Amino acid sequence: MTATLTRPETPRRSTTPASVLSDSWVIAKRNLIKIKRVPEILVFILISPIMFVLLFAYVFGGAISVSGSPEGYREFLIGGIFAQTVVFGSTFTGAGLAEDMQKGIIDRFRSLPMSRAAVLIGRTASDVVYNVLTLIIMALTGLLVGWRIRNSAIDALAGFALLLVFAYAFSWVMAYVGLLVPSVEVINNASFIVIMPMTFISNAFVPLETFPTPLRVFAEWNPVSTVTQAARELFGNTSPAAVTSDPWSLQNPVLYTLIWTVVIVAVFAPLSIARFRRTSA
Amino acid sequence: MSDIIEARGLVKRYGEVTALDGLDLTVPEGTVLGLLGPNGAGKTTAVRILTTLLRPDEGRAVVAGIDVTRDPQGVRSRIGLSGQYAAVDEHLTGFENLDMVGRLYGLGRARSRARARQLLERFSLAEAGDRPSKTYSGGMRRRLDLAAALVAEPPVLVLDEPTTGLDVRARQEMWDVIRELVGGGATLLLTTQYLEEADQLADDIIVIDRGRAIAHGTADDLKSQVGGERVELVLRDATDSRAAFAALATVATSEVQRSESGRTMGARVDSGQHALAQVLRQLEEARVEVVDIGLRRPTLDDVFLELTGHVAEEHEQTDERELVGTKEGS
Repeated sequence: MTATLTRPETPRRSTTPASVLSDSWVIAKRNLIKIKRVPEILVFILISPIMFVLLFAYVFGGAISVSGSPEGYREFLIGGIFAQTVVFGSTFTGAGLAEDMQKGIIDRFRSLPMSRAAVLIGRTASDVVYNVLTLIIMALTGLLVGWRIRNSAIDALAGFALLLVFAYAFSWVMAYVGLLVPSVEVINNASFIVIMPMTFISNAFVPLETFPTPLRVFAEWNPVSTVTQAARELFGNTSPAAVTSDPWSLQNPVLYTLIWTVVIVAVFAPLSIARFRRTSA
Repeated sequence: MSDIIEARGLVKRYGEVTALDGLDLTVPEGTVLGLLGPNGAGKTTAVRILTTLLRPDEGRAVVAGIDVTRDPQGVRSRIGLSGQYAAVDEHLTGFENLDMVGRLYGLGRARSRARARQLLERFSLAEAGDRPSKTYSGGMRRRLDLAAALVAEPPVLVLDEPTTGLDVRARQEMWDVIRELVGGGATLLLTTQYLEEADQLADDIIVIDRGRAIAHGTADDLKSQVGGERVELVLRDATDSRAAFAALATVATSEVQRSESGRTMGARVDSGQHALAQVLRQLEEARVEVVDIGLRRPTLDDVFLELTGHVAEEHEQTDERELVGTKEGS
């Protein structure tokens, strides 16, 4: 065995885009193995969206009518639930990171000649898998309660893709929050403060007409509203009556959402990476 | 022999607290430096600076020819760190942990996997290699962590308190593993709060207290710094105390220290063998019976006490005693 231990020339690693990608994949794989080993996480992650769909469809569904019927509300609702759930899912990114930061493993990563950014890129990337699973479960539940895709499959896929892209961007926000908080316990409360207003002051659950003006303006330009609107349009869940005097954001929800996505990543990815480099656990 | 680790005047402050206060250290290639000190002495801060996890406020450190602040990434590919808390992912198996580290060092897929299997074998983890490391004992986790530090066969190894928190048997196993590495010519920086550990493993010891090096030398150097050998004896009968005291006083180079009961006493002596023979002769003539008599060299504990004025890690030592006590009791 000593024969095989002859020292090779120590690899001198320089950070190239290829090495960042490969390191990120190694980290993402590591995060995904955890799903396999702790399936309980997955169960809870999948149960909560089912609960959301059912709660909103049957608890609020009776009280709110869109296009004059509870069925109309359910149809209206699903896009909103999708958006809300993937945004909530980003908390998972923050929690995972905050948990890592408390453990010795992060020192291991820091002492390796790997890309620093890969720890964060790998984390946000593996969380896309969670969101895919969540969306599948929610869509199936939605179909059970009467939601229907009324557009082409391509449009519908574009709708899911947009939700995933937006969720990915948002997980960078939570990655940053996860690096700011001192412990995992704090992250849930911290993310609540960000996520609750963003998802509730939006058109996710109720039409905007009822909002007082300042809230309505916020909601109209809130990317959660536009991603919801985009999903509804792409799934064919908008009632023609609802489109009236919408501002530009809601007229062009896909484009507007994509702009937000790019801006969020452009701001929060460098912020998080810089923060990660600076913090010494 | 060239110095593979060289640090000059390292200073690190955390607000009011000065963790490192101008620490110098050098480790020649192929040797083991033991950084010995109590909790909070600055050992871990020093290690974190040398392994690029922390930037010093002042001072300079060069590891394997590379400046740690100028080219941290370069240093990282030449060191292996095994930390105080086993830095392994508990959800991954032993194999997955090592493979992950290999890939992150930049080893190719095939080489990384082969290396992981090889190390599992070497550290007696082959059987447990495909179980999540969560199921490992403390000792196994530390071995896995050490294996992770060796994945890329780095020229410099840094072990931060490799046996802290391990039970006596696991510690012994860890020592065997480290000794084997040292035998293979590894360059090692080892921090420890166990005097015995530094004594057993290190070629060279720096005693550190409150962020400064307060002594430097081999274990033998340090021991002789405290003074030479002592003759110590235990009497069968306390009534012989006065006679024994007199016998010991004839050879003593220090005050004779006597226990309260008067049965145990000891003193520093110059040439141990002669002094011991002389004391024995006198005890014989005075018909004093002893249950135990012998020469004792100072331990690193004595060194530490002498240098710092306080005992190293009282808590840890208490724990150890308790542990030994329970073992004997059961």
